Amino acid sequence: MSYSNISVRKYDAVIVGAGGAGLRAAIQLSESGLKTAVLSKVFPTRSHTVAAQGGVSASLGNSEPDHWHWHMYDTVKGSDWLGDQDAIEFMCRKAPEVVVELEHFGMPFDRTDEGKIYQRPFGGHMSNFGEKPVRRACAAADRTGHAMLHALYQRNVRARTQFFVEWMALDLIRDADGQVLGVSAIEMETGEVSIFHAKATIFATGGAGRIFYSSTNAFINTGDGLGMAARAGIPLEDMEFWQFHPTGVAGAGVLITEGVRGEGGILRNASGERFMERYAPNAKDLASRDVVSRAMVTEINEGRGCGPNKDFVTLDITHLPPETIMKRLPGIREISIQFAGIDPIKAPIPVVPTCHYQMGGIPTNFRGQVVVPVGDNPNVPVTGFYAAGECACASVHGANRLGTNSLLDLLVFGKASGEAVVEDLKQMPVAHKDLPRDAIERTRERLERLDARTSGESEAATRLDLQRVMQAHCGVFRFDDMLKQGVQKILEVEERVHRVAIKDKSKVWNTARIEALELENLIEVAKSTMISAEARKESRGAHVRDDAPDTPERPNGRNDAEWLKHTLWHRDGNRLDYKPVNLTPLTVETIALKTRSY
Amino acid sequence: MRQEELNRLRWRCTRRAWLELDLLLGEFLDQRFAGLSEAQQRAFVVLADMDDHDLWPLINGVEESEDAQQAAVLAMLRESRSMSRPAVEAQTSPVVNP
Repeated sequence: MSYSNISVRKYDAVIVGAGGAGLRAAIQLSESGLKTAVLSKVFPTRSHTVAAQGGVSASLGNSEPDHWHWHMYDTVKGSDWLGDQDAIEFMCRKAPEVVVELEHFGMPFDRTDEGKIYQRPFGGHMSNFGEKPVRRACAAADRTGHAMLHALYQRNVRARTQFFVEWMALDLIRDADGQVLGVSAIEMETGEVSIFHAKATIFATGGAGRIFYSSTNAFINTGDGLGMAARAGIPLEDMEFWQFHPTGVAGAGVLITEGVRGEGGILRNASGERFMERYAPNAKDLASRDVVSRAMVTEINEGRGCGPNKDFVTLDITHLPPETIMKRLPGIREISIQFAGIDPIKAPIPVVPTCHYQMGGIPTNFRGQVVVPVGDNPNVPVTGFYAAGECACASVHGANRLGTNSLLDLLVFGKASGEAVVEDLKQMPVAHKDLPRDAIERTRERLERLDARTSGESEAATRLDLQRVMQAHCGVFRFDDMLKQGVQKILEVEERVHRVAIKDKSKVWNTARIEALELENLIEVAKSTMISAEARKESRGAHVRDDAPDTPERPNGRNDAEWLKHTLWHRDGNRLDYKPVNLTPLTVETIALKTRSY
Repeated sequence: MRQEELNRLRWRCTRRAWLELDLLLGEFLDQRFAGLSEAQQRAFVVLADMDDHDLWPLINGVEESEDAQQAAVLAMLRESRSMSRPAVEAQTSPVVNP
């Protein structure tokens, strides 16, 4: 296969990814009259945003008094003070605006009797700076993400956004000045490679939860934007921070909602003991996600797991009346039957802590501009490059994301990145900057290598080993020696990724090629995660190390004196450097450091 | 079905919004699809093109399809995963921190 005749398509802006962030950004661009292309591996309404159920937070105060400043406090605290306070203030202040806007786009929010947007309580949402729970989550039944994505898609159809569906972006194009001039991409139906030559490029490619063996993420989440950014010399920020959900079905990863424990579900070890009574005597099975996850892993590590390999615990609802299960938890019964082969009315469900959300990503400021260190300035914008949503690190989630802030993030920063592009293009020349002569070289080299190799590693086996290494060495509870071994093992997996061979060399719908290209993105995310995690010698938020325990001097193992800083992983030489956390909000006082406890 | 059509179907079965449907449809494609009649294969393609929120209640039997071929395929989909996974032991892996 030859890649000599590459077509060039010119746009004002190209967006990679058509989930919530990409679609929200596209509205901003298309409605401003910019010629905008959106590339997506799948039809937009198949994006993983659809899976978000919980809601989107905004201090509308529809049910009781609320304030963006309280939301900001909860977010900073949730982030374990690693979030940038300028970006967090920006997000929380913008929340009511973007939620009401979404309502005007046709989002069918649940309503109060007076016709206002109904708001429900959610873990970590408090009024008056952590005083008592507040109703802040806006939802559309249990299909908030689905309804949101459909509303955003329809608005884009109206605005005549041009979609390229079942296209995969391959590499970021930068010139000698480092300016971003678009992406290369492959159309799956034809196998043709094109250059999307653009004045502005927005990455909205979502997370990379598939680096872990046990993940609640759909298969699509392979971190394509992070891989492309890393190969183009952009560092990745805070990649050691991944949120784990305590109850994924063992083996499958499918999420069992917290509601099951809310209805009285009990976690048990191999001897049937309700072990959470030892770890959290008051909250027991309803303790916060990280506490429950660590307790589960401790049970398994200490030999009290269930099954022949003692590698899971169980979630027991057999004591609940079958009518309650059928009525209150019907979906959960179906999931358990389908994915564990267990009817939870008769037997407990096997569960393990499961990767759920990526807090780190491509470093951006609160306008959505991608920023990199240059000289003494750690945050210099890369001309023409923007990122939003789970692939980006603004950083509003810091070391741990507050529930319902993921949908808010993609609305606020999707819009902000779109606005930034519109403003920045006004300052740019009307004509496109010329593409560099080697614009397609990296892509051509990757594709030709895959075409030429006739024998080598299996893509599927290598992907599986990558996921197993990440799960075993960099999971919810981390150990110094395991992380050190994990770094070596993931570098060995990388060698194998470079030797992957595919049998099918055809052009049309060659999914083997696409999956091999996805694997080249997964490995960049996996390396950045393992190497960043090995280096951070403290516990903070979702990054919990056995050798950084909870002590009076360092509550929860957090070490602000040495580690109150963002990690930056550079692909070149796997180099790490660090940059300060922004503790200065835009208009209010700093939310001062204190111990994160609930 | 030609190989490239099958590849496209595989992509649409395994790059979905929900992990649940990636797993169910991908396994069904690997294990059962080849044994379906042509009419059933066509029905499966139509189902695979549906949004996850519309397909899931059909698979769970919360809603029913009026199309006889679809209904037959849905019944097989419903059974396939739980049938192929009779025991918890078979589906777990020693992957949590040892």
